[in-house]
Amino acid sequence: MLKWLEKNLPKIVMAPAVGLIGWFVYGFVLWTLYISFTNSKILPKYELWGVGQYVKLWGSRKWLIAVDNLLIFTALFLIFCVVIGIILAIFLDQKIRAEGVLRTIYLYPMALSFIVTGTAWKWILNPTLGIQKMFIDWGFENFTFDWLVNREMAIYTIVIAGVWQSAGFVMALFLAGLRSVEDEIVKAAKIDGANLFTVYWKILLPMMRPVFFTSFVILVHISIKSYDLIVALTQGGPGISTTMPALYMTQTAFHKSQVGLSAASAMMMFMAVAAVIIPYLYSELRRENAR
Amino acid sequence: MQDKIHSSYKQLEQKSKYTNMFLRWFLYFVLVVFALYFIFPLYVMVVTSLKTMEEIRQGTLLTWPSGLNFDSWLVAWGGRGYGAGDTFLKPYFWNSIKMVVPAVFFSTFIGAMAGYVLTKWRFKGDKWVFLFLLFGCFIPYQAILLPMARTLGVLGISNSVIGLVLVHTVYGIPFTTLFFRNFYVSIPSELVKAARIDGAGFFKIFFKILLPVSTPIIVVTIIWQFTQIWNDFLFGSTFSFGEAAPIQVALNNMVLSSTSVKEYNVDMASAIIAGIPTLIVYVLAGKYFIRGLTSGAVKG
Repeated sequence: MLKWLEKNLPKIVMAPAVGLIGWFVYGFVLWTLYISFTNSKILPKYELWGVGQYVKLWGSRKWLIAVDNLLIFTALFLIFCVVIGIILAIFLDQKIRAEGVLRTIYLYPMALSFIVTGTAWKWILNPTLGIQKMFIDWGFENFTFDWLVNREMAIYTIVIAGVWQSAGFVMALFLAGLRSVEDEIVKAAKIDGANLFTVYWKILLPMMRPVFFTSFVILVHISIKSYDLIVALTQGGPGISTTMPALYMTQTAFHKSQVGLSAASAMMMFMAVAAVIIPYLYSELRRENAR
Repeated sequence: MQDKIHSSYKQLEQKSKYTNMFLRWFLYFVLVVFALYFIFPLYVMVVTSLKTMEEIRQGTLLTWPSGLNFDSWLVAWGGRGYGAGDTFLKPYFWNSIKMVVPAVFFSTFIGAMAGYVLTKWRFKGDKWVFLFLLFGCFIPYQAILLPMARTLGVLGISNSVIGLVLVHTVYGIPFTTLFFRNFYVSIPSELVKAARIDGAGFFKIFFKILLPVSTPIIVVTIIWQFTQIWNDFLFGSTFSFGEAAPIQVALNNMVLSSTSVKEYNVDMASAIIAGIPTLIVYVLAGKYFIRGLTSGAVKG
């Protein structure tokens, strides 16, 4: 008995982690998947009902708006975070004085919660006392900036706050990537007559392909999951104009008590994330095995 | 060869001195402009929290406050002293502390053990077990919210701090395992093998050989878990409302509550109070914070 215990101790120690994840991640996802095929309302029902919830989901105007918003948000969030992140990383890489201070400033939003970020930007962007008033008081009397309460433009306020929060993170990833490149490569290129721009555009940035890939995966992941920022900034409004899938899911589940429908929306999010993550994990594993 | 490269590089540097000077001014200009963009909201939050509502209405976002007036901070933290409808952060701040401390401890401990086994007591199929756990880093939590809500109900711990400790411990395990596994992989296994030949057991090897060198990764893990759990809103708002709510939920409720007059100064003071613990950690231990971010920032 004791011998058996000793021999299997590592596996016994491993068991809680595997058991908890098996139950709370895999078991729960399967449960959600099953429920998405039932006609559950307030309480889960276990008779299968087919793909009715998915048909209902893709026929719902609110869900289509949510998906639309997700696409707009993801595209802009990605572009701005990556462009700003790369510019800051390259500029900081030029033996800048006070680099430490600047880096700290660019990255501190990552330490704040989306609720804090949302609260701050909501105040800054509010039309009565925020930025709009600032410009009017400075003498630009016709200045308007009412995106937060404008159906068409409200989604872009979420982009502004999201980029503010995450651009510094991309900067950190690229700075680490640039620093890992041998100095000699850059010097050799310069002797061959390449200017700084060509060095970066032709040599260094193409070398950063893995960093691009990582940033892409992480940013898309953040944007599919975005929930807190919308709750704090717009609550999905004005109207339902800034709804996104994560918000749709919780509202359908906990306010409208449409458990089956919300399970279907959760599974759509799950599949979207899987489509991005599985290739990523695969390539990471291959890289590790190749080492 | 090396020397040749260096000397011709020096010549090149001399030639382009003037272009360089212009370029450097441009560099600093862009960097400072971005720094202002990132600093702006924090500045606005701090000055707004120090103003009276009267000052807020008369000035602009950037106006300097007339004095150091901490009234809104006191209201945000301890309320105005009347009974019903007086929401303030103090009790929820403590809820968050009571939630964060055990959840960080348990998830770090379980992750350290799992990372130790996966690297130093390898067994057949351990790579698959790691992958099995790793996938937990990526799932969108919407896919587990519904069964989790029911499970907490069945266990009788919905709407309680204990329930949130359980949730955060479980969903932290993939990250903590990832951190410790990647760290222990780089520690030579020869040490462990030698100790095993000398007859040292599973726990003795962990405590005598691995734990003493684990300080950096423990710091990274604790900071990562602390930041994630402190800043969580999804789990907090779904599984715990009312009195057991963590601080982010309370902050959101305070800001959204539609009382007659919107007090932006109190809102900003509240937001700063909710953000200060993680900001302090970031400023004091930025290096470890960034290390955690770059190796585990897949969680939204």
